[in-house]
Amino acid sequence: MSTAALEPSIETHVHYLNVNYGIKSWLLTTDHKRIALLYLGSITLMFVLGGAAAVLIRLHLIEPTGALVQPETYNKLFSMHGIIMVFFFLIPSIPATLGNFLVPLMVGARDLAFPRINLLSWYLYIIGALIVLGAIATGGIDTGWTFYTPFSSTYSHTHVVAAIMGIFLAGFSSILTGFNFIVTIHKMRAPGLTWFRMPLFLWAMYATSVIQILGTPVVAVTLSLVAVERLFHVGIFDPALGGDPILFQHLFWFYSHPAVYIMILPAMGVISELVTCFSKKRIFGYSFIAFSSIAIAVLGFLVWGHHMFVSGQSVYAGLVFSVLSFLVAIPSAIKVFNWTATLYKGSISYDAPMIYAMGFIGLFTMGGVTGLFLASLAVDVHVHDTYFVVAHFHYIMVGGAVMAYLGGIHFWWPKITGRLYPDKWARFAALVIFIGFNLTFFPQYMLGYLGMPRRYAVYPAEFQVLNVMSSAGASILGVGYLIPLVYLFWSMRYGPVAGPNPWGAKGLEWTTPSPPPTFNFETTPVVTEEAYAYASEEARVG
Amino acid sequence: MWSGFPLRPDQASTIAEGYDHLFYFETLIAIFFALLIFSTIFFFAVKYRRRSPNDRPPDIEGSVALELAWSLIPAGLLGIMFFWASSLYFENSRPPTEALEVFVIGKQWMWHLQHAEGPREINELHVPVGRPIKLTMTSEDVIHDFFVPAFRVKHDVVPGQYYSIWFQATKTGKYHFFCAQYCGAHHASMIGWVYVMSEVDYEQWLTHAGPSGETVAQSGARLYQQLGCVTCHGTGRAPAFNGLYGKPVLLTTGETVTADEAYLRRSILEPSAQIVNGYGPIMPTFKGQVSEEGLLQLIAFIKSLGNEERNAGKP
Repeated sequence: MSTAALEPSIETHVHYLNVNYGIKSWLLTTDHKRIALLYLGSITLMFVLGGAAAVLIRLHLIEPTGALVQPETYNKLFSMHGIIMVFFFLIPSIPATLGNFLVPLMVGARDLAFPRINLLSWYLYIIGALIVLGAIATGGIDTGWTFYTPFSSTYSHTHVVAAIMGIFLAGFSSILTGFNFIVTIHKMRAPGLTWFRMPLFLWAMYATSVIQILGTPVVAVTLSLVAVERLFHVGIFDPALGGDPILFQHLFWFYSHPAVYIMILPAMGVISELVTCFSKKRIFGYSFIAFSSIAIAVLGFLVWGHHMFVSGQSVYAGLVFSVLSFLVAIPSAIKVFNWTATLYKGSISYDAPMIYAMGFIGLFTMGGVTGLFLASLAVDVHVHDTYFVVAHFHYIMVGGAVMAYLGGIHFWWPKITGRLYPDKWARFAALVIFIGFNLTFFPQYMLGYLGMPRRYAVYPAEFQVLNVMSSAGASILGVGYLIPLVYLFWSMRYGPVAGPNPWGAKGLEWTTPSPPPTFNFETTPVVTEEAYAYASEEARVG
Repeated sequence: MWSGFPLRPDQASTIAEGYDHLFYFETLIAIFFALLIFSTIFFFAVKYRRRSPNDRPPDIEGSVALELAWSLIPAGLLGIMFFWASSLYFENSRPPTEALEVFVIGKQWMWHLQHAEGPREINELHVPVGRPIKLTMTSEDVIHDFFVPAFRVKHDVVPGQYYSIWFQATKTGKYHFFCAQYCGAHHASMIGWVYVMSEVDYEQWLTHAGPSGETVAQSGARLYQQLGCVTCHGTGRAPAFNGLYGKPVLLTTGETVTADEAYLRRSILEPSAQIVNGYGPIMPTFKGQVSEEGLLQLIAFIKSLGNEERNAGKP
């Protein structure tokens, strides 16, 4: 790795962090890298808040009668946890931070296509987040993140409309980010960077952006309709007013199932970068991984009905949605197999990002195979709306997406900050998170199969053992998440200087200094080889 | 706290065992693929660990044969799961015709249940073992969900709509039922017990439990008189109900609909929405005048008229 003689000192070049100082230079920046850091700071804060709610939830569930709070408060806690984590952490996580930072660097451009729109998207996000936090602070929301009608539109006495407004704004932030990425990837690729030379992270961001643009308006309209029904008693979803409550579920899941792919596709893109770098090999089956991202994005729009197998859609609709849900497993499996095959005959190192990547593959696989139970009509009937589902989607969205997010943050941290973090601590944290995660969520599969419904503030005593196990695991998981927070902060000041390419990685972002200068590259780079050309001679940086 | 640590819920209905077989099959497939991936990654990670920074891994682009193999083999297994799960689901989607009927009304935060024979219960359901039981369910307010883990049945209970599930218990005993769809503050307290009793015990329970001694259909008949339905529906000014239930009905629009629970409900609450061919739009709405319970009683009454005639028609 780096030595002082080889690498320039971090202070010797002008880069995006030291080019100017002061709060204004950040709040009015149009530099995609600074906006990425604004997002990084804000979503980390949201993650901490959503995590705090999770801690309280797990503490409360240690006792069957509820150890901590009243049922009303418990309902607000899980709603807060879901709304913050889904709309304000997971959906923006990789696209808005790593995507924002890396898309221009990876395509070899000075910035995104629309830098000011990029800044606007952060402001929309922040205003949305502040509205939701305000609603939580002044009494909370008790509908869950799913806002099912007519409970949300007629019966809840909490700040539903405010929460909807916040999510609506954050949704537009997501649309603008996706729009920016699509234009950038289409129009601003460096000379020689053909579609099939792009890093798979860009393919993943592209597929994600398509979902963001096509799906998000639907949830924005749907939630607005809930607000309209709530405020003006126009009958849309409440049968007492002549509406149809099932219609809400169709509209909501039409976005909210693809939203899961907004979380997991970028994660998959990150993993393709990590697995290749730390096995020093080209990706196995490049085009299969690239097209499987597109296949997931398209099929993802056609499977929403599996959220409604017991809610009253017809048997035949159930059959169709079941088939399509099984189909979406195939492109996901293709990716897992290809990552595994990439390791074959590689030169595998165990740096922290790779530990996260292997953790991702393991947890994502477990989340994936348990998804098959939920796509199976008869089986789903029993485990629907139980802790089995809770475990399943946490394996995908936390075990998968958050593992990859952390892996990506560790991988590109030297590029973002110019500093290295202590790798031993990072590997230790990855291990703690992996173990803590499994201890927290595996018992929940068993709870669900035994029949414990989700969103229960109190529960029959026979479910206590598994709940206590899950809560104990959660305390390990919580510590696991705190460790990186500490050493990453530490490294910003005290970490050794990283140099432009500490991992010996391929990709345009590694050809420019760390941290990159404001306009990324001194001269427009020219791409002459495929992605992941680790076998070519000039790759031997290590 | 350690009193029970079961690995699987009670199997107490006719479908539970078949359901569990599929669950075990899927568990095996899941474990197989998870272990395959884990052990391969572990094996590669050890065997091909970096020995020197100058390692030169071979340049492997991929293999179409392998891609096909690991797409098509899982696809075949997924196909098996789909057909197996769908056929179980499909077979159980229609309640047997001879089922005992229980009407279920969910409301924040309790369950009202009424047997067709008359007895009412709150958060408890007594049923005989070995007889199919059909639950016809609706909600007075928000969406609830009726879930009996031991029977492997679950369905949302939706305001304004009727959904039916059915089960046939195989073991006497006491089994939890839960509200599985989040419904507000006391969602978690909306739980109760199904008591599965021997036929003898059930008959005994039935004779003690029916306070009014009136079946649901009889209550409906009383309501039919009270609300004055009889003045039109009994005189030919409006369609008669005999044998109506389950039959196709021709509307003034030329459309044909089936006279099921949903149709009857709508015809009471929004009479002008679906006018039977040959009749005028003269019926006033009964929205707000009939409770959910009353609606179920009226429907049960109309259904009973159908049954009497059909039964009478039999040799």
